[in-house]
Amino acid sequence: MSAPKSHLETLPRSVQFLLATAVVGLALFPLMGSDYALQSLSRMMILAIFAMSLDLLQGVTGLVSLGHAAYFGLAGYALAFLSPANDPAALWWTLPAAMLFSGAAALVIGFFVVRTHGIYFIMVTMAFAQMLFYLFFDNKALGGSDGIYVNIRPGSGPIDLENKVTLFYVCLAAMLLVYAFLRRLLWSSFGRALVGIRINEHRMKAVGFATFGYKLSAFTLAGALAGLAGYLWGALNGFVNPELMGFHMSAHAIMMVILGGMGNFAGAAIGAFVFEGVLHWVKDLPQVGSVRLGDHWQLWMGLFIVGVVVLAPRGVLGLVGSALERLRSGKGEGA
Amino acid sequence: MTLANFLIQLLNSVQYGLLLFMLAAGLTLIFGIMGVVNLAHGSFYMLGAYLAYTLAAQMGSLPLAIVVGALIAGVLGFVLERLLFRHFYHRDHLDQVLLTFGLIYVFEELRAIIWGNDVLGVKIPESLDWSIPLTDTLSYPAYRLFISAVCIGLALALYLLISKTRLGMKIRAGAFNRDMTESLGINIELIHALVFGLGVGLAVVAGMVASPVSSVYPNMGSQVLIMCFVVVVIGGIGSVRGALIAALLVGLVDTFGKVLLPQVAGMLVYMLMAAVLLWRPEGLFKQ
Amino acid sequence: MSTADVLLSARGLTKRFGGLAANQDVSLDLWRGRIHAVIGPNGAGKSTLTNLLSGDLPPTSGTVTLAGHDITGRAPHQISRLGLGRSYQKTNIFLPLTVQENVRLAAQSRQLQRPWNPMHWVDAATQHAQVQARCDRALELAGLSARRLVVAGTCSHGEQRQLEIAMTLATQPQVLLLDEPLAGMGVAEAERMVELLLRLKAEHAIMLVEHDMDAVFALADHLTVMVNGQVIASGTPEAIRNDAGVQAAYLGEEH
Repeated sequence: MSAPKSHLETLPRSVQFLLATAVVGLALFPLMGSDYALQSLSRMMILAIFAMSLDLLQGVTGLVSLGHAAYFGLAGYALAFLSPANDPAALWWTLPAAMLFSGAAALVIGFFVVRTHGIYFIMVTMAFAQMLFYLFFDNKALGGSDGIYVNIRPGSGPIDLENKVTLFYVCLAAMLLVYAFLRRLLWSSFGRALVGIRINEHRMKAVGFATFGYKLSAFTLAGALAGLAGYLWGALNGFVNPELMGFHMSAHAIMMVILGGMGNFAGAAIGAFVFEGVLHWVKDLPQVGSVRLGDHWQLWMGLFIVGVVVLAPRGVLGLVGSALERLRSGKGEGA
Repeated sequence: MTLANFLIQLLNSVQYGLLLFMLAAGLTLIFGIMGVVNLAHGSFYMLGAYLAYTLAAQMGSLPLAIVVGALIAGVLGFVLERLLFRHFYHRDHLDQVLLTFGLIYVFEELRAIIWGNDVLGVKIPESLDWSIPLTDTLSYPAYRLFISAVCIGLALALYLLISKTRLGMKIRAGAFNRDMTESLGINIELIHALVFGLGVGLAVVAGMVASPVSSVYPNMGSQVLIMCFVVVVIGGIGSVRGALIAALLVGLVDTFGKVLLPQVAGMLVYMLMAAVLLWRPEGLFKQ
Repeated sequence: MSTADVLLSARGLTKRFGGLAANQDVSLDLWRGRIHAVIGPNGAGKSTLTNLLSGDLPPTSGTVTLAGHDITGRAPHQISRLGLGRSYQKTNIFLPLTVQENVRLAAQSRQLQRPWNPMHWVDAATQHAQVQARCDRALELAGLSARRLVVAGTCSHGEQRQLEIAMTLATQPQVLLLDEPLAGMGVAEAERMVELLLRLKAEHAIMLVEHDMDAVFALADHLTVMVNGQVIASGTPEAIRNDAGVQAAYLGEEH
């Protein structure tokens, strides 16, 4: 087992500047982008929220959950069930309700799961998420394997998510709010305690922290935030199915967090964009000879994932951080 | 439920449990001794089923195919360990999870390229294609008993290997204290490669021997993987004995659950796992 | 001294691992204003004893009382909150964090812990005056004020041992269990540590596990000698020095 990692918590100025530029670019995008691109970017922003919520668990607290998609999917289903057949659901209360639902599920499952450690934690989070997957998959009443449609997208007052541009800005606003909240949390007493738990839970207990309560709170909060993403996803696609809670979705989320660089939330958001980008690119690969390369996207994705783990385990920001360290100190030693 | 029905379900439970044990034993050994979590373990089960399809057709005999398949699996496991897995023993579980998840994708695609996406069938060998009559109307397939017999045989062989042979002693020593074992001149790297090969071999054989009953289809690996994880969690990581008891328990709960409480059948095993976690967060037989 | 000054009391502590008794029927008292040293050869059970008292290990039998509370079998964080602080033989700090953050976290533990309270999710951790005060005092006592902003992992071994102590002090405990605080220290650093311990003596009950016999006899008001998990002698330094059994079992061989 490797030593606890020191994560890049304070972003270098250059990175902050680039991120700010990217946000401005996103804000201006609807003025010039195509409908399809708008939808793609909305997807990416929603996944960024999902990834940031997982980063709270994985990057900050050190809890590797292989079942985080459960809370993502549950909120999507909550929207589907709360949406009347021929009217839009009321955004103002169904959104918080869905988040509450996901948070409550995370609290209940967390109660069982947070008492385990290491590899057990990974396995049981996966197991409980699979349990929920099969619950929806096997029951026609819950939509079964076909899933459920959200016939009309939710709205409240002037905010009508049927309007693609409005939806885009809602996703952007949500992403920025979640980022700001989580950054604030990182430097709060709760956040500092979570970091301490990641680095040395044994010593945290020895100095008097009741770490179970901290981990469970983080697990619940992360679940609720995943629920925000899941609700928006259901609104964007107009459709939810059990795959949203599946093992692949959870593993993709882990990948996004790692790809960008853990523990500072910006990395998770970046990782979500990059991962989705790669996934799209790989599925659209052209034909070479008689082989449609895009058809074999699983192979390329698999090799990409293996490559990242082998070559860049601390992700994009990790590489940036290491490079900056080297430039600054003039030597080869990293932090 | 009549006695004959009960017997049928009991035999099914044991057979399912024993198959799960084959997979869980490998997983728990590999984790207990080398500290590596392998999400792609289910893919080996799938590989076994597809190998059975191809080799049985080529050789005209499933039992022969199983022997050949076991050898191929052992070699494959050995090579994978040497080339890839041994570099990850000291890495975070996170890295191991991602690496092996990536491998799942690679294996799935290779499977699709080689064998395609159709559901395939493997024929029960003629010598075993008969049924034992239980009542006037009910009978039990002999092949299913064969599956259980193979698993029991392998379980016994595993037990003898680990507790009665010198190799087994070295394996246990390596799990207990790696540095000490190395300083005693035992080639710990060879041990690790052998254990990995053993784990893969068990998974592949399980897939092969079950293939006539389970059929051969994409994603069969993921389905069995999750059950395997549940078994390892309940049994306790690193404990082969725990894996056996947990596997049989899961087999019983799942099989009888489907018959007696079909609406909640899918959830029962997880509820069992939750109950065990409340009582023993590190499994029944913590190492 | 009245019995009110007995801050920690252990009676008949036994810890078995399978057939092996790591601790057998161990009893001791820790008094405010006294340093109680526990000595013995390697494998005597000193670390086990420390772990039993701090809650890291549950005893097979026996009781431990801390300031009137029965803490037998309680979790380490609960025992810590009741006023026990423990430092580790093998440095057990937060390596990637700064010296200041290490101590600040320990000090933060004394705040009312309500992790589910959203107010704590958005406050500024470093703006709590009480926590900062505790942190500053502990840093000062341990002599690390000048090294606040250094990352703990890059500190020297001696500084890391100082940090061990600082973190223990930041929780403002009444009882201190110190596991080889002088281990690996240079002469000047060791002297500093001895000075610190003498200064801390007045307000605390201190248990000291040490191999450095010079320091032990300079510091200890009371000695307990353990061999093979059992207490073979307990008394003043003079009495212990002259005890034939102790000389045979330990001092004669080691010194």
